[in-house]
Amino acid sequence: MNHLLPWRVAAWALGVVPLAFAVKWTFQSLLGPNPVEFLEHYTGDWTLRLLLTTLAMTPLRKVTRLSEPIRVRRILGLWTYAFLCLHFSIYLVFDLGLSVAQLGADLVKRTYITLGFSAWLMLLPLAITSTNAWQRRLKRRWVTLHQLIYPAAILGCTHYYWLVKADTREPLIYLAILLALLAFRVQSVGISLRRRREQPPAVRVQIETMSASTSSERP
Amino acid sequence: MLIKIAHSHPIRPSEITPESVYHGRRRFLLQIGAAAASVTLGGCEPPESGAVANTALASLKVTKKTELAGGENVTAYEDITHYNNFYEFGTTKEAPARNAGRLRTRPWSVVVDGECEAPGHVDLDELINPQVLEERIYRHRCVERWSMVAPWLGVPLAPVLRRFKPTSNAKYVAFYTLFDPRQMPETGRGVLNWPYREGLRIDEAMHPLAFLSVGLYGRVLPNQNGAPLRLTVPWKYGFKSIKSIVQITFTQWQPETSWNQLGPQEYGFYSNVNPAVDHPRWSQARERRLGELVMRKTLMFNGYPEVASLYSAMDLSTFF
Repeated sequence: MNHLLPWRVAAWALGVVPLAFAVKWTFQSLLGPNPVEFLEHYTGDWTLRLLLTTLAMTPLRKVTRLSEPIRVRRILGLWTYAFLCLHFSIYLVFDLGLSVAQLGADLVKRTYITLGFSAWLMLLPLAITSTNAWQRRLKRRWVTLHQLIYPAAILGCTHYYWLVKADTREPLIYLAILLALLAFRVQSVGISLRRRREQPPAVRVQIETMSASTSSERP
Repeated sequence: MLIKIAHSHPIRPSEITPESVYHGRRRFLLQIGAAAASVTLGGCEPPESGAVANTALASLKVTKKTELAGGENVTAYEDITHYNNFYEFGTTKEAPARNAGRLRTRPWSVVVDGECEAPGHVDLDELINPQVLEERIYRHRCVERWSMVAPWLGVPLAPVLRRFKPTSNAKYVAFYTLFDPRQMPETGRGVLNWPYREGLRIDEAMHPLAFLSVGLYGRVLPNQNGAPLRLTVPWKYGFKSIKSIVQITFTQWQPETSWNQLGPQEYGFYSNVNPAVDHPRWSQARERRLGELVMRKTLMFNGYPEVASLYSAMDLSTFF
């Protein structure tokens, strides 16, 4: 149990430290000439960084054969959503002045807003069902539901790419990392399908129950 | 020779520590300490916070002051000079203030050519007489939805252009920014089609509001704001006000403009501030004034209705 502690500390730090800096700079008036834009970009950047870190935990477990990455995944996922909610709130309050009509107009007309909002909507049920109780209640459907993180991540990275005016380097870095993480999964799914095909039926059942038990493993 | 500052002086003005930085050096050290600490935390760098006013820049005399921003508060010097779009020095807002020190603004000359009877290659002081500068306080609205109010120093564009005797073929005026990769390392990446180029229709260029700026806040323009010579066209989006001009060409045909070349659907040749015509990816109905948190309404022609007659026969959603 003790060797989980550094992992938990690191996962919390990834959320707490950037948040603490944002609060510190806000109170010190260090956010520059356009503080709202700074905070929008800052919270957006950290949402994507935390999201990609969350998605990196499964490959990390497979590579290191440690279970700790999976056991801090929920902490990372919830911090991702916390930053996403901050990002969305700043836009709602300072860009839209809390106007529902303007939000509607933006959702219809601005593709990058549509993408970002859809990602927020997709991650909402994931945040709600992140508790142990929901995990037990949904059983295997929990795993299926939480695969929504993949489309949400694609939408999130595309949202960033779409709003940049000319210099697309940074959004392309996020997209490249995301594609690498997705490619890892496609590859490992391919390997496990091939293994299944090569196994006699009696063993296949055994493998399926095994994979079901590992994927619903609680942190 | 009021704006001549670099000759015969062994220390370049850019090398002089600004007074405010000198007096605030303890705080500066603290900032360096904080910056060093945040480097280890990767991705947590605070935004730039520089000097309050750059006293290293030579001050300029003005003969006349005109307030043309409806009495609105002038944006802080610190904000105007540390929040810039000048892609030759980097694509973030902080990069130009950091990198533009490499730009050598003296000596500086401008080529004026094309459809005119008296083309020339003139020194800046010959082009803009430093004895007759005026100050104009204008609104400035960026296509990205931020805005400011700035006190520019310079001269109206029209009389400068007339000196070169444009012919009846001169229907447009093209402007070009310096393109020198040694002074502008970021141009190596080819984000835009260098040199940066802009253009106006001749009647727009001759409008009394069109202005050539050489100063800001009573002093020589800081490099990041387009030193030593920039256009200031207050009724158009900021990218039309081209910086660090080295060439002016009278043309018969509408000249190519950098942002239009990059995104013809998003950035038109005219690019008049117009709250009714959206950028394809965002609304232009509102803007955020630097120094304010909540967005305010954008004004037609950025609050300069006197230019409307230039476009009376045009559909402004087609010619955006």
